[in-house]
Amino acid sequence: MADNQFDIVIIGGGPGGYVAAIRAAQLGFRTAVVEREHLGGICSNWGCIPTKALLRSAEIFRYFDHAKNYGLSVERSAFDLKAVIQRSRGVAAQMNNGVQFLFKKNKITTIWGEAKLTKPGEIVVTASTKSVLGPPVEAPKGALGAGTYTASHIIVATGARPRVLPGLEPDKKQVWTYFEAMNPDSFPKSLLVIGSGAIGVEFASFYRTLGAEVTIVEVLPQILPVEDAEIAAFARKQFEKQGIRILTGAKVTNLDKKSDVVTAAIEVDGKSETISAEKVISAVGVVGNIENIGLEAVGVKTDKGIIVTDGYGRTNVKGIYAIGDVAGAPMLAHKAEHEGVTCVEAIKGLKVHALDKDRVPGCIYCHPQIASVGLTEAKAKEQGREVRIGRFPFIGNGKAIALGEPDGICKTVFDAKTGELLGAHLSGPEVTELIQGFVIAMNCETTEEELIHTIFPHPTLSETMKESVLDAYGRVLNM
Amino acid sequence: MPINILMPALSPTMEQGNLVKWLKKEGDKVKSGDVIAEIETDKATMEVEAVDEGTLGKILVPEGTNDVAVNRPIAILLEEGEDSSAVDEAPSGQKAPSEKAASAPEIRKGESVSAPLAEPPKTTALPVSDRALKTNGSAGKIFVSPLARRIAKERGIDLAALTGSGPHGRIVKKDVENAQPGASRQAPPAGGGFPLIPDEQIRALFEPGSYDVIPHDGMRRTIATRMQQSKIVVPHYYLAVDFELDALVKMREEMNSYAPKEDGKPVWRLSINDFMIKALALTLKKHPEANASWTEGGMLRHHNVDIGVAVAIPGGGLITPILRNAQDKSLSQISQEMTELARRAREKKLKPHEYQGGTTAISNLGMYGVKHFTAVVNPPHSTILAVAASEKRAIVKNDQIVMATMMTATISCDHRVLDGANSAELMQTLKGYIEKPIGLVM
Repeated sequence: MADNQFDIVIIGGGPGGYVAAIRAAQLGFRTAVVEREHLGGICSNWGCIPTKALLRSAEIFRYFDHAKNYGLSVERSAFDLKAVIQRSRGVAAQMNNGVQFLFKKNKITTIWGEAKLTKPGEIVVTASTKSVLGPPVEAPKGALGAGTYTASHIIVATGARPRVLPGLEPDKKQVWTYFEAMNPDSFPKSLLVIGSGAIGVEFASFYRTLGAEVTIVEVLPQILPVEDAEIAAFARKQFEKQGIRILTGAKVTNLDKKSDVVTAAIEVDGKSETISAEKVISAVGVVGNIENIGLEAVGVKTDKGIIVTDGYGRTNVKGIYAIGDVAGAPMLAHKAEHEGVTCVEAIKGLKVHALDKDRVPGCIYCHPQIASVGLTEAKAKEQGREVRIGRFPFIGNGKAIALGEPDGICKTVFDAKTGELLGAHLSGPEVTELIQGFVIAMNCETTEEELIHTIFPHPTLSETMKESVLDAYGRVLNM
Repeated sequence: MPINILMPALSPTMEQGNLVKWLKKEGDKVKSGDVIAEIETDKATMEVEAVDEGTLGKILVPEGTNDVAVNRPIAILLEEGEDSSAVDEAPSGQKAPSEKAASAPEIRKGESVSAPLAEPPKTTALPVSDRALKTNGSAGKIFVSPLARRIAKERGIDLAALTGSGPHGRIVKKDVENAQPGASRQAPPAGGGFPLIPDEQIRALFEPGSYDVIPHDGMRRTIATRMQQSKIVVPHYYLAVDFELDALVKMREEMNSYAPKEDGKPVWRLSINDFMIKALALTLKKHPEANASWTEGGMLRHHNVDIGVAVAIPGGGLITPILRNAQDKSLSQISQEMTELARRAREKKLKPHEYQGGTTAISNLGMYGVKHFTAVVNPPHSTILAVAASEKRAIVKNDQIVMATMMTATISCDHRVLDGANSAELMQTLKGYIEKPIGLVM
């Protein structure tokens, strides 16, 4: 095979693309990944991972603030913004190196540049024209460059970028996207966050913990719109206790920028008000990167900004696939990874199951954390299900009390007829680490009975999960 | 630890079988995939393959033993480094399960026969050298998700009748939801008749000593169950039609004279039945509404005509090997394939996929001089054609009494699938093919 011929070429080296590449290599495919900026994608470099590093700094800072509660004393708690960011960037760099190592280990070729589909089975790669987010990343050693490449299978994994709403266009200086919010020059005294999804509330949490005045504006009636209403209400209360101001059903109609302050005109319940803040974060969602990759040239079908696929990543054009954010919601790294693996395995002819979107968990790392999987109570009822609801507050959990983190709730949604676990919704300490128990349970199709028969270790926060199940069946023990 | 080799379940309904023959002796080395024994069920004799490697330490059930219960240990396999003294470690017979039992229900290579109910240490259920066997054995543990098990219970679905689509053939929610609710509940208990009158009352009607009691074998029970099930569930009706066979008989003779020869013997010899198979196949292809199976969820309209042909077993019983895609096969192909299937059917050597399924059936009692009879539909078929003897009859043609070779065939139909007019049209088409048999080779 010539150097420019591959079995599988993946456009985009994010979590979906790089994992698909590794799986493809494992299955014996000659595999290449085209990447224009940084292996590991947004997730490793400007998303999931570096924000977790920032939030960890905030978490430790919060512990300092509450040291007295634990019988400890801290003379003066303070933070060095540069060092906090430096640590976050270091973590991202480490992830990036990790992906390079994995590619080398699995003999995956990196092609550095921007790919464009020219016809089925062929892409043309040109040097990247994208303005880079951080200091330019060097092409990994041994990477191929501009040229024409062919592959029997081409997987589009180009990811997503922040959505831009008219009038709220980010300007890098005063109106930020998550890129600037992750890498600020100075710490803002006040901050307006537009949008209360995962990205919005994580930054709100980070900046509030470190002392900024934070306001969240959400256009829908509920913050965290995709979460269970009860969890969203609980989180809202916690955020407000921390001093975050929250406006729901509120629309930002205009941003008036002065040199050191942005004044937002907001419509709430038909009334207008203004909020001034030093910086604004626009966190109104992300949109798929479907432009300028030649989809039109080969006739790949798109719908509302995403590529239409069949659950195994196949598009309407033979030999062209799409996975991850660009293939639609939920736009989450782990969903992209799963789709990447499924897509490659289906190409190989292995027996795979199409993605079940009702079993994709979601995690938010604000304080308190939020984690969920499956149907919310409202969604389950909307589907005409008769439900049994279990709830357990963390105040009834010994470990939570010992940790000094008694604020939390674990809610479970069961089908009243079959005992099927339809959904689980948690907010509280480390719930992002707990949710996986419910995800496994759902995937194995357990009913309440197996969960009730399962021994949960004591003392752990996970006991709240079992108690919630018990509560759904009127058998709660520690409340 | 020595491994118990268990009596495998070769079909969902199998509860016991006969251990016909050991192909390995005690002390023989055994590799995974080696055929170690032959087992006879109600329908077939099948080879049993080893799953694990080792040495055959002890044979617990000697060959020639009848009615060995499924999952009873039949031999002990020693793993590498174990000597025959270790045999005692493996409990013989169905003793109490030990702590290790929980690890047993792990599905092994290529098989879906499931692990036993009472598992001795590191028990291995045997695979059968037949990949078509996809059911979870009813006697063993069924791999099913808890949710699927609960839904099945609520809807009255027999899990043993389902094929799992989950990992390693596990039955999951989707499989149960796609199954026919209640379908299996209509069946009388597997493996036996549905006693209208208790045995004692029947016996009381006869003088003691005036009869012998012959125990039912598996095949007899299966026939009893299936036929009874059909007559209870399937609303039958019957249409009899006379066919003039002279043209067919002539064509058959001519075709047979063209059969290629090997060692002076013709390679094939077409029978009237081969013509009937082909004619029925082409007829059903023209009447797709009749090549169908009733399910609660919707009519299964089959793309191919797979014809079960009843074959009597010497010594009693019958089995219907399936001639698949009959519509696409030539008469000579049908003839050769049928000869082979019938031979193996009589020797009870058919594999389950060779006698399970099918879309229709033919029963031919012509060779016994039977003038007319009706047959019982064998679901999921919706029809069965009962072919009687061909004979010279005086018939009226153009107001003249003439002699013709005639045969009466009767179709039994499932009224849930077909109405009378459908079947009558179908018989007309069949008549066309039989009386102008050139259509069968065009």
